[in-house]
Amino acid sequence: MRLLNRTAGRLSRHRRGPLAGLAVLLLGLLISGSLYTVFSPAQADSQPSETEQVAKGKELFLASCSFCHGQNGEGVPTVRDGYQLGPSLVGVGAAAVDFQVGTGRMPMAAPGQQAPRKKVVFNDEEIAALAAYVASLGPGPAIPNESDYSIDDLSEEERQEAISRGGQIFLTNCTACHNFNGAGGAMPRGGYAPSLHGVEPKYIFEAMLTGPQQMPNFSNGNLSPEEKRDVIAYLGSLEETPEYAGFTLGGLGPVSEGLFAWVVGIGGLVGAAVWIASHTTRTKKSKVNA
Amino acid sequence: MSTDSRIDTSKVATSNGTTAATASKPGPAGSLASWADDRLGLATAMKKNLRKVFPDHWSFMLGEIALWSFVVLLLTGVFLTLWFNPSMGHITYEGSYDQLRGVGMSESMASTLNISFDVRGGLLMRQMHHWAAMIFIASMMVHLLRVAFTGAYRKPRELNWVIGCLLLLLGTLEGFTGYSLPDDLLSGTGVRAADGFLKATPVAGSYMSFLLFGGEFPGESIIPRLYIIHVLLIPGILLALIAAHMLLLVYHKHTQWPGPGRTEQNVVGFPMLPVYAAKAGGFFFMVFGIIAIMGGLLSINPVWKYGPYDPTKVTAGSQPDWYMGWPDGLLRLVPTGWESVIFGYTISWNVMLPILIVPPMMLVILMLLPFIEGWITGDKRDHHLLQRPRNAPTRTAVMVSLMTFYGLAWAAGGNDIIAIKLDLSINQITYFIRVAIFLGPALAFWITRRWCISLQRHDNEKLLHGYETGVITRSPEGQYAERHLPINETSAYTLTARDRDEVYTVGSDTDASGVAAPNSRSEKLRARLSSWMYSHNVQKPTRAELEEARHHAEHEAELQSGLDHPVDGHQFDDHRLRDTDDVPLRDH
Repeated sequence: MRLLNRTAGRLSRHRRGPLAGLAVLLLGLLISGSLYTVFSPAQADSQPSETEQVAKGKELFLASCSFCHGQNGEGVPTVRDGYQLGPSLVGVGAAAVDFQVGTGRMPMAAPGQQAPRKKVVFNDEEIAALAAYVASLGPGPAIPNESDYSIDDLSEEERQEAISRGGQIFLTNCTACHNFNGAGGAMPRGGYAPSLHGVEPKYIFEAMLTGPQQMPNFSNGNLSPEEKRDVIAYLGSLEETPEYAGFTLGGLGPVSEGLFAWVVGIGGLVGAAVWIASHTTRTKKSKVNA
Repeated sequence: MSTDSRIDTSKVATSNGTTAATASKPGPAGSLASWADDRLGLATAMKKNLRKVFPDHWSFMLGEIALWSFVVLLLTGVFLTLWFNPSMGHITYEGSYDQLRGVGMSESMASTLNISFDVRGGLLMRQMHHWAAMIFIASMMVHLLRVAFTGAYRKPRELNWVIGCLLLLLGTLEGFTGYSLPDDLLSGTGVRAADGFLKATPVAGSYMSFLLFGGEFPGESIIPRLYIIHVLLIPGILLALIAAHMLLLVYHKHTQWPGPGRTEQNVVGFPMLPVYAAKAGGFFFMVFGIIAIMGGLLSINPVWKYGPYDPTKVTAGSQPDWYMGWPDGLLRLVPTGWESVIFGYTISWNVMLPILIVPPMMLVILMLLPFIEGWITGDKRDHHLLQRPRNAPTRTAVMVSLMTFYGLAWAAGGNDIIAIKLDLSINQITYFIRVAIFLGPALAFWITRRWCISLQRHDNEKLLHGYETGVITRSPEGQYAERHLPINETSAYTLTARDRDEVYTVGSDTDASGVAAPNSRSEKLRARLSSWMYSHNVQKPTRAELEEARHHAEHEAELQSGLDHPVDGHQFDDHRLRDTDDVPLRDH
């Protein structure tokens, strides 16, 4: 810290020097040039081929995933029967990789009951490569396109119907774990169904398709792609709908309501009682001798 | 209040003392009052009751929260009945809430959505009604704790305590029937659970369930039936019991904290008019205001998100309202396999024990508390002066122990929410509480009792050695000591205004001629319990001890008097040394 301060101080001393203007100009050019290189649209010919992607994915896989999933994605069993360090990835498909790695759940920071959502470690290109590699291990669900989970191309009436239908599918299949509000719920032994608030539609679709962790798999035979789209539309509509009733208190149901009844309600009213009782008939706050 | 002395009698009567007085023409208010008095005979009742005295303490207003929130419940409830349709007829929702439009549901659910989204002020009224219900029962419980901890349930108030317990039970049932009415997913799950509880009753269970539901669950009768129970039957009984509760309050007169001038024969406080009417009336508006703010800002029971009830659906976080949380918690604690099969019939102990046995048993224990205590102490006197919780260590400890049991069962009822919010394992929470629900109350009992006894000792120290002034003096020998000063008369009186506990003892088992005394077994039990309750208590100092302490303090003061800067600590406070020619100490 001291070193930084000293450096900043030294720089600051030269800020009005004859070369300062030139230095700032050069720095500006350098930054804008690098930014352009990073964000400029990729050229068609720079798109890696399928084989290249798989090769690159394998490299990444060996470095970051193989410790638990095995060098060929075959899974690593532990000494306890039926338990694995990491499951086999043959046939999980690109969708599973896109979900697990894209939401930061994989690679896991530590073995545990459940892989929590955290900061994403790979960039989009690397995730695509990893997905391509795992998809090459065996046939499995592919990453869905935006048209699979978007209701933008539906008419207003169809959209309305999709949302109502999605709500009923959500209440039948999802609320038992994720709660009526999508706020999440508890699973056995420290596991949990995560909150669905702010989760991108793509990941919700992939989660239904691949059934990550303790979640059951809602295959396309079970819930058709349209029905999955409707669920996503319903969740999206909930987020867009204003909270008519006020603060949702976490959307957790009667437990948080009870907490607020006691803390805000009884707390406030007992406070009011103390206030009333401490004020006698006198208007001045002088000491009463009675 | 000296209104009487200010009355100018010349305005009321005309008389020079020799001729009969003639009443002057009364004002409009006076003539209205006489008109009403002639017909209703109010004057006699009012003369006494308008001057009725209530003592001033915040803890005496806790029951008032319950009363006023009940008034809010009546007002908002009437509003809701104007639009609510308690029918299980099937219709398709076509109202304002987008996400449910076109979904089939019962008419009660649809009318609840209608109240929420299409009736002006409907959602506010619904939320106020629900928040008021939560606060109604919570304030009854807080009031109950105050009454128990201060010993206000002793003679003559035992029956009012029982009425209060019944009010708590009825409030809970009223709440349950109320939140079941919208027929949404959460309340339907609750009704399904209630159906299961009924069916867990041996032999009669399925008959009771069929009778209540008019057939197999869910049927089409349950909502209309719950509705009439909710808006007519229970509120009627509640009103009658509240009236009885308050009539007894007036008849017994209010209890008060001990202090100078306060005895078992009087009540020191402010009269109903003008003081208490203003305070209580003001408090009503505060209760109303806080409930209105909560109803306006905090979402409660958003039925539109739960959707209509469907027996095939359930949501995570399906809990009852907080007051039913503790039986739900007990249910979650009991291992699932506790069942026995007798003659081919299954007895579901796993449901019976936590729902049908323990909660009613707890209610009976609660109601019996004043009678059990009265029997053990054998105290037949009336008590209008309250006890500080520390001066009844065993009673206080029993209540804290019951609260601990309640709290742990309550926490178990929210085990899933605790698990996700505190990153814990729901299984481990349950295992912990399974043990803690037995150990916790015992531990709480022991800690509370010792704590109370320590506080009693502290009170005695204050009486005999005075309070700690924080002034450190050094003696010529170099010894440091903190000066203690006597506490003032008022505090000393208040601390000593309590009875000495008497441990009940039985004489010999047999009388002079060797015949066993009647009831000797129960008398022995009573003596044992009495000794268990009281033998550890610290009694207040005797008169001799107090006199000695006083002489000691005076002696100390004399020693100090030679100093040019008397370090008596009065530079920091307003306490005074007792005058030596003061009235002698009271003998208790």
